[in-house]
Amino acid sequence: MCGIVGLYLKTPDLEPELGRLTALMLHEMSSRGPDSAGFAIYGGANGVSKISTLSRTGETNWKHLEHELEHVLGTDVQVETLSDHAIFSTTGDGQTARNWLIENAPDVSVLAVGSSIELFKGVGDPDAVSERLGLAGRTGTHAVAHTRMATESAVTTEGSHPFSTGADTCLVHNGSLSNHNRLREVLRKRGETFQTENDSEVAAGYLAWRMREGDSIDRAIEGALRDFDGFYTFAIGTKEGFAVVRDPIACKPAIIAETDQWVAMSSEFRAIAKLPGVEHAEIWEPEPGRIYSWSHAA
Amino acid sequence: MTTTLANSELDVVALDRRAVNRTLQQAERGDFTVINPCGTHALACGLMNPIGVTIKGHTGYYCAGMNQRATITIEGNAGTGVAENMMSGTVRVTGDASQSAGATGHGGLLVIEGNTSARCGISMKGIDIVVGGNIGHMSAFMAQAGRLVVLGDAGDDLGDSIYEARLYVRGKVASLGADCIEKEMRDEHRAELADLLERARMDASPDQFRRYGSARQLYHFHIDNIGAY
Repeated sequence: MCGIVGLYLKTPDLEPELGRLTALMLHEMSSRGPDSAGFAIYGGANGVSKISTLSRTGETNWKHLEHELEHVLGTDVQVETLSDHAIFSTTGDGQTARNWLIENAPDVSVLAVGSSIELFKGVGDPDAVSERLGLAGRTGTHAVAHTRMATESAVTTEGSHPFSTGADTCLVHNGSLSNHNRLREVLRKRGETFQTENDSEVAAGYLAWRMREGDSIDRAIEGALRDFDGFYTFAIGTKEGFAVVRDPIACKPAIIAETDQWVAMSSEFRAIAKLPGVEHAEIWEPEPGRIYSWSHAA
Repeated sequence: MTTTLANSELDVVALDRRAVNRTLQQAERGDFTVINPCGTHALACGLMNPIGVTIKGHTGYYCAGMNQRATITIEGNAGTGVAENMMSGTVRVTGDASQSAGATGHGGLLVIEGNTSARCGISMKGIDIVVGGNIGHMSAFMAQAGRLVVLGDAGDDLGDSIYEARLYVRGKVASLGADCIEKEMRDEHRAELADLLERARMDASPDQFRRYGSARQLYHFHIDNIGAY
């Protein structure tokens, strides 16, 4: 069992509140996933690439890496650290920076890269994780978050969700995949790299591979519906919004609520119950095997 | 031991959920209102006396589970397993219900005015369920007794591996499950359906419905049916 939440703001009014509302939702899902938590916040894209990273040792010399990256990219890089996380910002190429870090900084895990996404995760009580990583104070346009009760692999920070699926996209998962070992081998042969034994990371890698091959997010999810064997509700964050899909048997719960101001999804209604204006929300359970998506893109 | 006066308003946010349930479980008569349910699980469970409970808002999992004799109205949506294993009494949901509504229910009446999702009436054992809208896939899976009435459409695999429950559907059935077949509507069926619709306060004519039930081919293992199990 896990808990997932997503919150997408339709208007800028609530953007200063995004982190606080997401933390509220995450808190309500703590009992579904008490062993670890994570969140991705989207917003403030201004042409700068952001690389979200995590220190595996807690002793990473971030300033040293900042200088090294400046040398590699030939342009300014700024690092901002928080607990065991660091966000590198640069006008240089984010993918080059990501690849360099994976190759040259073995004590660093690259969590996400993009112009909009910032991604954080940690082991422990979800409220403690969101407090340590400053979720409530964050602003932005949309967020996805996850509380984990591990079933398929170990309780580690790297096994926590969300998982990156390419530039500015990430995935959170409630469920379990049965064919993740075979799928991982297939994807490795096609150039995906995996950092854990986690089944959800395979789902993220699958979507990343499909989108790298030219699929839209919706097409990539259609492929997932064909190729994944198992139980899942996914919330997928993209630069412009998010998508929700459940497996065709609908083993895992999901609920969506929409008002003029926001769209929220969660494993259970109680995560949505305290959002402002919820009494006027249209509320429904997403149908199995159907893709729901919202986007700020025209 | 009646400790709380009837007609009380119980606030789930202000009180502990167990305190709310204890109050309801110990009451012998009267009507209660529950406010601020906020999707809380297992509200108004295990009630054994003929009291009235109105829950104002959306409930979480297993609301009104194991009900006996109480009349419970949820003014909102209900989460997974509403009225699961109900023995008697009445549960009404004015909005939609999530999956496994009325699961394993032995008796009583469950009315869902809106839609309900997958596995409605799974393993039902005598409960009557009336749904104003549509129901999801695998509804009445392994149903053993009772009646399921659907004014809207039914999803895939209706009545899969059904034993003896009677299913009445007014709208389209996406597909029937293993060993579930359409059956003739006789006068006795129209009469019981009219009674159920009236008790559920649903405005529909029995003539608009089709009846489905068990072909009784899977009761005992037979090698020729291996593909259907």
